[in-house]
Amino acid sequence: MSGPAFLDQLKKKFGDKITGANFEAIDPWIEVSPHGLLEVCRYLRDDPKLRFNMLNCISGVDYFEADPKKAAKTGWEPHLEVVYHLWSLPNKTSLVLKVILPRWKDGVVGELPEVPSVSGIWGTADWHEREVYDLSGVYFSGHPNLRRILCPEDWVGHPLRKDYEMPLEYHGIRGR
Amino acid sequence: MATHVDDPRIIEFDVRTDEMLVNMGPQHPSTHGVLRLVLRTDGEIVSEVTPHIGYLHRCAEKIGENLTPKQWIPYTDRMDYLAGMNMNLGWALTVEKLMNLELPEKARHLRVIIAEMGRIASHLVGMGAYGLDLGTFSPFLYAFREREKILDLFEMACGARLTYSYLTVGGATHDLPPGWLKKCAKFLDELLPVITEYHTLLTSNAIFVRRTANIGLLSAEMAIDYGCTGPVLRGSGVDWDLRRDGETRYTEMYDGYAFEVIVEKDGHYPRDQVYPAVPGSAVLGDCWHRFYVRMLEVMQSIDLVHQAIDRYSTAQGAHAIPLKLNEKLPKGEAYLETEAPRGQMGFYIVSDGSPIPWRARARSSCFCNLSVTHEICRGCLIADVPAIVGSLDIVMGEIDR
Repeated sequence: MSGPAFLDQLKKKFGDKITGANFEAIDPWIEVSPHGLLEVCRYLRDDPKLRFNMLNCISGVDYFEADPKKAAKTGWEPHLEVVYHLWSLPNKTSLVLKVILPRWKDGVVGELPEVPSVSGIWGTADWHEREVYDLSGVYFSGHPNLRRILCPEDWVGHPLRKDYEMPLEYHGIRGR
Repeated sequence: MATHVDDPRIIEFDVRTDEMLVNMGPQHPSTHGVLRLVLRTDGEIVSEVTPHIGYLHRCAEKIGENLTPKQWIPYTDRMDYLAGMNMNLGWALTVEKLMNLELPEKARHLRVIIAEMGRIASHLVGMGAYGLDLGTFSPFLYAFREREKILDLFEMACGARLTYSYLTVGGATHDLPPGWLKKCAKFLDELLPVITEYHTLLTSNAIFVRRTANIGLLSAEMAIDYGCTGPVLRGSGVDWDLRRDGETRYTEMYDGYAFEVIVEKDGHYPRDQVYPAVPGSAVLGDCWHRFYVRMLEVMQSIDLVHQAIDRYSTAQGAHAIPLKLNEKLPKGEAYLETEAPRGQMGFYIVSDGSPIPWRARARSSCFCNLSVTHEICRGCLIADVPAIVGSLDIVMGEIDR
């Protein structure tokens, strides 16, 4: 199935839960709204024709430019993306899903944006969501065990945020 | 308190065990790198395993946002430090995908030679270290003896023995030196009979079979669900190898090569008449099968390197496309997975048009492979935990990045 036809099919089924797509990209992607993510993912995995049974990777990408001069040229508003790379082993096809989130929930700095956890759909998501939470600062609601995974549990901040600053001190160790 | 009873059998039921949390690691000698496992045990039975990782976290992805792709190559070496060449290749291909670079024929065949040699070296350590996990020391020494020869070859090619940075964006840093191919072919001819010997050391060794067969069962469905890849996935009987099924940019490297995915079909492995038969006690998806797939992949790689040497010696073009260290990247993003020795190593690059990536992400194969431990260790004996974790052949450098 071609990209646009597939998008039409998804749009017919899920309506405004599919918020956009890009087919010119090297890896074409489909944008899903956070509240429709679970439904779409379950469909992608269970539909007998699609069968995206493997979730390869979840990545958090922070779009934020601190320098106002550079920020004017970027062409995007500050936001956060959670990117899901899927494979269908039976069909040998891949798919990219994106969820666009605000950098902070309701614009309150320090409040992590929320996205539903897909750990009930793909087991891979369990650890990957913990990693994205840890490093990029996204709260996965419904995750059974959302704790930091790579950084120590008492670490402050989310290192892959573009405005992250190394702590001055961690348990008596100089940070910077 | 046990009360006195005449029937001795009743005492057995009267002995109560308590649940206990047992800490394994973070520097347990039989874990691969700095891994800490917390086991919830009831007597000798493990009811829950919780891996704690992150001891080797070096912020590789954050560093990747501050360096050009070529400068990040050395950091990929340090992810899976037992297969540095394959890590270099994964990242290089991803960046080439973003830049839409087509490599000369010669560079492609060179990469096959190097990547498959890297796979052999890595699987040799995997085999030796697994023996170590199970309490046998000698296979480790044998494996390292052979690996040393591969490292000598790599040293000849690029000067480094562990962190190569050899395969880079646009090809390789140098062409192979004169006489290298001959040496490599000679080594492979020597390796082939030695591998048969290793099969007798471990694969068909009665104690080894007792320790691994029917232990740590991982079903195909669960393997896919948890994103397990590489020998772990194929050991569960899933016919999936990116060298055949991956993206064109990667599979075209292997175009025209005689190649069979090492996976069990109808109770048989490809060409398994040459190797020890599958023992009757082994069940598809257990530790033994994962180990066996790795051993057969060594043979497969020997085959592939032979073919690659033939092609490389007649190939046209240069070993690389010259690129600047701070070559401008096109705006966009690309994700690519390659079949590294331990599974599918994925890299994701997001670029805003400057020479430095906006985001560099590494999808680690061992990270997913390890995440399934709590499922496959449930209900096993404490002594089987190293056997199961070892059979996943993890490298913590790659998990923690």
